[in-house]
Amino acid sequence: MSGNGRSRSLGASLAASPSDQPAMCFDQATLAYDDRVVWSELSITVPRGEFLAVLGPNGSGKTSLLRALLGLAPLASGSLEVLGGPPRRGNPAIGYIPQHAGFDRDVPLRGRDLVGLGVDGHRWGFGRLSGEGRTRVEAALEAVAAGPYANEPIGRLSGGEQQRLRIAQALVGNPQLLLCDEPLASLDMRYQQEITELIGGWARDRRGTVVFVTHDVNPVLGYADRVVFVVNGRWAAGPTDEVLTSEKMSGLYDAPVEVLRVRGRIVVVGEASGTGFDIDEPHHFPEPVGAH
Amino acid sequence: MIDQLLHLLPYAFVQDMLVAGVLVSIVAGLVSRFVVARNMSFAVHALAEVGFTGSAGFILIGLSPVLGLLTGSLVTAFFIGALGLRIRERDAVVGVVMAFGLGLGVLFITLYARYSLAFTILFGAITTVSQGDLMLLVAMAALTIVGLGVMYRPLTFATVDPVVAEARGVPVRLISILFLLLLAAAVAEAVQVVGVLLILTLLITPGATAERLTAQPGLATAASVGVALLATLGGILLALVTAVPVSFYVTTIAFVCYLAARLGAPALGRFRGNPTA
Repeated sequence: MSGNGRSRSLGASLAASPSDQPAMCFDQATLAYDDRVVWSELSITVPRGEFLAVLGPNGSGKTSLLRALLGLAPLASGSLEVLGGPPRRGNPAIGYIPQHAGFDRDVPLRGRDLVGLGVDGHRWGFGRLSGEGRTRVEAALEAVAAGPYANEPIGRLSGGEQQRLRIAQALVGNPQLLLCDEPLASLDMRYQQEITELIGGWARDRRGTVVFVTHDVNPVLGYADRVVFVVNGRWAAGPTDEVLTSEKMSGLYDAPVEVLRVRGRIVVVGEASGTGFDIDEPHHFPEPVGAH
Repeated sequence: MIDQLLHLLPYAFVQDMLVAGVLVSIVAGLVSRFVVARNMSFAVHALAEVGFTGSAGFILIGLSPVLGLLTGSLVTAFFIGALGLRIRERDAVVGVVMAFGLGLGVLFITLYARYSLAFTILFGAITTVSQGDLMLLVAMAALTIVGLGVMYRPLTFATVDPVVAEARGVPVRLISILFLLLLAAAVAEAVQVVGVLLILTLLITPGATAERLTAQPGLATAASVGVALLATLGGILLALVTAVPVSFYVTTIAFVCYLAARLGAPALGRFRGNPTA
């Protein structure tokens, strides 16, 4: 199942010197839930400071990749190292930004409280945020320019504002690695650009590593150093221009697929459907088990 | 009426009752914030009703009704936790366990054949709790407060933001189970004041009122405890000098607080709306 990717392991060529361990290193890693293999023999090494975009249709195991990095989904075989050690739950060097889900309008929680939970929410006890913690919250709010609405009930904020607070919540712990699970989903174009720039800017300025799950590669084209595309248990990884090609995509999907570059955007089109569709609507891809 | 109260206050049993009332109110105020946020009112009802069965069963074999209540609600919490922690399953599991538990309660009450007892458990009467049980109640409430204090922060995280809480290493599933057990203890305590059937007045209304008043979590918790204190202590004091049961006063005071918060909150400017939206 994993034939496409096996020979393309980037590990050997890009491994950094021993003093500078990579941010993460999947080696022949296979993830399975019960008997269902999500992806197999995945091998990618990401040096520190790089921006990796994780692409693929819904249900292809993009989120599972993040869960493996968070220590929440153990591998069936192979190995994974994160920031120089095995993945473990609650690693403070990892920040996490979820999909925008939308808080209930009346939930008694302000923007700054959400960010505050990023400081000490995981610790047992009752205590209020320390003075140092409050300073860090202020700094994080300022970094994402969320100050003006930090005291508003979070359920009353727009999707873009909530995602800015999510970024502050993830960055307040001063992480080295930032995992983003579809942070742009259900945001309009303007907010998509703002959120991507905040995350990409952090990676650039702080030499932080970003793993960015998205079903549309276009918002991150200017930031991604490389991409990994996962579909049907297979994968391909490498620089964007090498992975998002017609041959590679056709091979991954086991069906004719064309990758077009139009006005600086990348559009992936499956031939069999007759109508145009792009990577935003992956469920329209033809089923690989076809009868000709 | 005031004279009567001043006359009663020096009595030890009145003071014990007030101490128990204060501790139970703190428990109720803290817990109800999470009951509201986690949509657990049905579970609260089940814990209380099967607590009734435990209470009736313990009386039948000559043991403390307070311990019986605690046992009944803890066993229920165990079943709910073991059979269904996922939201979708939870309602069904709660209903299934509650129905059977209450059926047993009918049997116990019939065997004991004193229906006034059922009335007391169902509608509450802290004024009839024995001295020994009052001390037990104080100890239980103090322990529950300590337990809530220890898990308050991760419980808040897991309640308002479960996905990120899990990513940050909060043991979300363990927290759910621990909270269910603490909730069972809180139910057993609050039932002593307001009874099984009126349990929601202490475990929902304070939290629901607080949500209307402020979006600041710390203030909301304080407001919730405040409402529970006002209703419980007010109810106990009024019941001491009149012939009406405690639970009537508690429910009425709590309801008035809720109405006032709903009607008054817009004037206070909670939810000013978002200027940039």
